[in-house]
Amino acid sequence: MTVLQEFEKHPLAKYLRLERFPHIWCEGCGDGIILNCFVKALDDLGINMDKLVVVSGIGCIGRIAGYIKCDSFHTTHGRPIALATGIKLANPKLTIAVISGDGDLFAIGGNHFIHAARRNVDMTVICSNNFNYGMTGGQFGPTTPLDSYTTTTPYGNIEHPFNLVHLAAAAGAVYVARWTALHVKRLTESIKKALQKKGFKFIEVISPCPEIYGRRNKLGKAIDTMKRYRQICEIRHGYDPAKAEITIEKIIVGEFIDIEKPTYGELLQKQFLTIQKR
Amino acid sequence: MTMHREVLTGKHLMQGDIACAEGAIAAGCKFFAGYPITPATEITERMARRMIEVDGMFVQMEDELASMAAIIGASWAGAKAMTATSGPGFSLMQENIGLAVMTETPCVVVNIMRGAPSTGLPTEGAQQDVMQCKWGSHGDYEIIALAPASVQEMFDLTIECFNFAETYRAPTFLLADGFTGHLWERVVIPSREEIKTVERKKPIVPADKYVPFKPDEDLVPPMACFGEGYRVHVTGLTHDELGYPKTTDPKIQHELVNRLCEKIRKNSDKIIRTYKFMLEDADVAVIAYGIPSRSSLNAVKRAREAGIKAGLLRLITVWPFPEKQVEELSNHVKAIVVPEMNCGQVVREVERVAKETPVHFSSKIGGEPHSPSEIFEVIRRAAKA
Repeated sequence: MTVLQEFEKHPLAKYLRLERFPHIWCEGCGDGIILNCFVKALDDLGINMDKLVVVSGIGCIGRIAGYIKCDSFHTTHGRPIALATGIKLANPKLTIAVISGDGDLFAIGGNHFIHAARRNVDMTVICSNNFNYGMTGGQFGPTTPLDSYTTTTPYGNIEHPFNLVHLAAAAGAVYVARWTALHVKRLTESIKKALQKKGFKFIEVISPCPEIYGRRNKLGKAIDTMKRYRQICEIRHGYDPAKAEITIEKIIVGEFIDIEKPTYGELLQKQFLTIQKR
Repeated sequence: MTMHREVLTGKHLMQGDIACAEGAIAAGCKFFAGYPITPATEITERMARRMIEVDGMFVQMEDELASMAAIIGASWAGAKAMTATSGPGFSLMQENIGLAVMTETPCVVVNIMRGAPSTGLPTEGAQQDVMQCKWGSHGDYEIIALAPASVQEMFDLTIECFNFAETYRAPTFLLADGFTGHLWERVVIPSREEIKTVERKKPIVPADKYVPFKPDEDLVPPMACFGEGYRVHVTGLTHDELGYPKTTDPKIQHELVNRLCEKIRKNSDKIIRTYKFMLEDADVAVIAYGIPSRSSLNAVKRAREAGIKAGLLRLITVWPFPEKQVEELSNHVKAIVVPEMNCGQVVREVERVAKETPVHFSSKIGGEPHSPSEIFEVIRRAAKA
């Protein structure tokens, strides 16, 4: 039996472009787990794959768009949310998921993130946060912890990292959650909830990067990082995202924000009906 | 519903920017994303008011990077899409203009050119972005750019831009100077039936037989949009005909990039538009585009009155460059005059093509267009030389 035939037997195989496998991700990387949780969520919800668009940016997780068997766009660095805004507004019937990395969404693409959240454009944004730019060999990024070593912080990082869930909440996201690659079931449920909810939804997934970030910071193998997640993660639904800063001792995970607010599309539709009546 | 017409048939006194917006609507534009910038803001303002009236979508984005990204997304969602900007915003758009080229996304980008570099002269017209329009994004590629010289052409050529974008699946540019953008003139808008519009080619095969980036004979692949059941993957990476990244096979990059260039080059006869005035017996030919072509027309008439056999070749299409037309002309005139509102851009293309024929350049920057007498003086010098 060939590897491909083996793959085809997987219950979620129909959601994937199998001819594109094996994927590019390193052993122990959390991105494959995110892919698994995402397609499991699609399967559980019975999402119409002809009406789903996955948009990604540049970086390791950026390749995810090319692995899922639906309309998908692997955009320029930092621009997936802006491009997704165009897709959603031009065809409101489509379900949009943006899946990208911490550098793509919060450094080069940070402005697009806050403004899409502010507008409350209907899309689910999933961020694989591995604390560094893995694709380019491990430079520091907007979420790299203080004192961490990367190729561009050879003496330790002196920049304060973003607390992504706080940022998302402050910018106006209607749903904000954080999980790690260890929380497979909870992450899947969170993705399902986000996909069913209207508005700008954000899920941060803390993801191991054993080959690049982990190696430089002596974090051991992926399994060691997973064990560590189990030790230091604390589930606190409804916790104030402002206080949910990630530290070496503790990672607060859970659903921080779950509110209702008119979406850009809904407000536009209301305006449209008023104008048509004139 | 009469007030919500997509085509405002009739005679109007209209500003160039507004005529551009109306041309877009008449061409079937259903999505506009923009960011305010002088002297293109009036296009964005007009679209803000008009898009909703014609069941279209207007969004003001956070910057021009986002505007350009949004129109690419909208185009893949099936809408005819446009953005409008000026120099500083045009610089920001270059990144995703490259993405539009690589992903063969039909879209229209309007650049109402103002004095530059940098913030430059926000309220004054210029023609300093002509080379940027051709070469601004990284890599090798071909695009289409049209240069209007009247408010009527701001309307007509915007429609033409949409038609080219849809036909060739390439970003297409309306490259207007700030003077034409802010000019008020009479515009005649024809009836809807008289306006020729083009829709992108769709696949005629079922999804399992569809190869998204496999070109037809015209080198343009049929385009399935998102939500139509074809499940297309689109990437800015070098990709094969299936649309999948292929970055380690030199043959794939070679074939893709050459095709992206060739689909424009091989169709250049269908894309290139010029206007010729008194060129049959001319000794001196003025080659101009945009607002300087209007001063040039007057200067040519003056030269004829003064006994100089002058003529005008007005470039309506700037990119792809009308090489054949300029070369033919250079073979039977004694001298060429190129007036531009920059320090020398299209003149370089003219010199490249004209070879032995002397080319006299007339530069005008700073916010004033050439006067007819300035161009007349250059014609007179060229005729004597």
